[in-house]
Amino acid sequence: MLANKGVNPPSFRKTGTTIVGLIFQDGVILGADTRATEGPIVCDKNCEKIHYMAPNIYCCGAGTAADTEAVTDMVSSQLQLHRYHTGRESRVVTALTLLKRHLFNYQGYVSAALVLGGVDVTGPHLHTIYPHGSTDTLPFATMGSGSLAAMAVFESKYKEGLTRNEGIELVTEAICSGIFNDLGSGSNVDVCVITKGGKEYLRNHLQPNPRTYTSSKGYSFPKKTEVLLTKIIPLKEKVEIIEGGDAMEE
Amino acid sequence: MTKQQANWSPYDNNGGSCVAIAGADYCVIAADTRMSTGYNILTREYSKICKLADKCVMASSGFQADVKALQKQLAARHLIYQHQHNKQMSCPAMAQLLSNTLYYKRFFPYYSFNVLGGLDNEGKGCVFTYDAVGSYEKVGYSSQGSGSTLITPFLDNQLKSPSPLLLSVQDAVTPLVEAEAIDLVKTVFASASERDIYTGDKIEIVVVNATGIRREYMELRKD
Repeated sequence: MLANKGVNPPSFRKTGTTIVGLIFQDGVILGADTRATEGPIVCDKNCEKIHYMAPNIYCCGAGTAADTEAVTDMVSSQLQLHRYHTGRESRVVTALTLLKRHLFNYQGYVSAALVLGGVDVTGPHLHTIYPHGSTDTLPFATMGSGSLAAMAVFESKYKEGLTRNEGIELVTEAICSGIFNDLGSGSNVDVCVITKGGKEYLRNHLQPNPRTYTSSKGYSFPKKTEVLLTKIIPLKEKVEIIEGGDAMEE
Repeated sequence: MTKQQANWSPYDNNGGSCVAIAGADYCVIAADTRMSTGYNILTREYSKICKLADKCVMASSGFQADVKALQKQLAARHLIYQHQHNKQMSCPAMAQLLSNTLYYKRFFPYYSFNVLGGLDNEGKGCVFTYDAVGSYEKVGYSSQGSGSTLITPFLDNQLKSPSPLLLSVQDAVTPLVEAEAIDLVKTVFASASERDIYTGDKIEIVVVNATGIRREYMELRKD
């Protein structure tokens, strides 16, 4: 409504993004790019999109950065309290239900699109969660503006029973496809491998985008604003000094 | 009943940035080679720079279909000029022609943000900067396109005198040597492609000086 009057709501920080997950032989591998954008500008060249939920569960987030941070932090805390209450390791379906209930409650206004993955007593699990609260359970998944580029790679090369190294390579390839073909994604590749034994968070596993040119001579910047003119006007001359006190009294 | 808004636009923005810097006896014009639409890349190797006359080169960002049409218009008009006057158009003359061509379509504009660079009649470097409807000005340096908001402040810092009170914008031909200007252009594009999603892939740098027109390329980030 306000847009009609020419008032545009402030653009919030979205994570353009390519996020992926796949199930391999021994567990789950999650991957993400590291670019955060505010419209056409990159506001963070190396942000973290793979969020901690529990020691055995991680969640990639696409959409509004504040929303993905807030919702994953909140559910992570809830899971910890639940662990204290039950005395057991958290299950992926628990995180899934907590997240989808919250998102559905807000009818899509919490703009968080998530790829949730982890390994618990029931086995390895991978889910996608949409902003309105719907979920899918999949062997491989992609979300974000680069999801089509990444899914193209997965659909061509995914197979069941991948080894750890094959899985990491495939995830890296899918994220790179998003990084180079989607303008909303870029910079580095983060990978997280979760197995029954534990987890391995490979921050900046691949850095295929170094700065292309640095001038050898460097640049200098003047330390302060240039002084153009100095003019001092003494103010004392304009003040009348009344001799003999009681100036303040009637 | 609210008025129904059009959901089809004749325009699109193909992104990209252009820069031009004028020197005492040269002019550097540069643009990136990425052409995009929305969040997709259409091609990584598209030239936004066009030679209009012997010592006059134009770089344009915006809607490339309109840019192409504009370049064709100017080329045709230049050919007519050559037939009538038996000589090439000078850069200041081409600058005026471009302004008139743009204003001619004042009520259905060319979505084209241009910088014109070259040598004037005395062989001194000159840069002209335009808006979409033909308002133009002779300057010492200029930047247009999606990365211009990132590039212009840095060029101002490095090239402009501390205050416009001391040196008028008209005379701001940079004191830089050709090699220094090219170094500055490369740095500026490398920085712009770090923070602007529409700028990247490659830079095409065109240098116009007394010996003629020279072209060189540099790789940029491809993400």
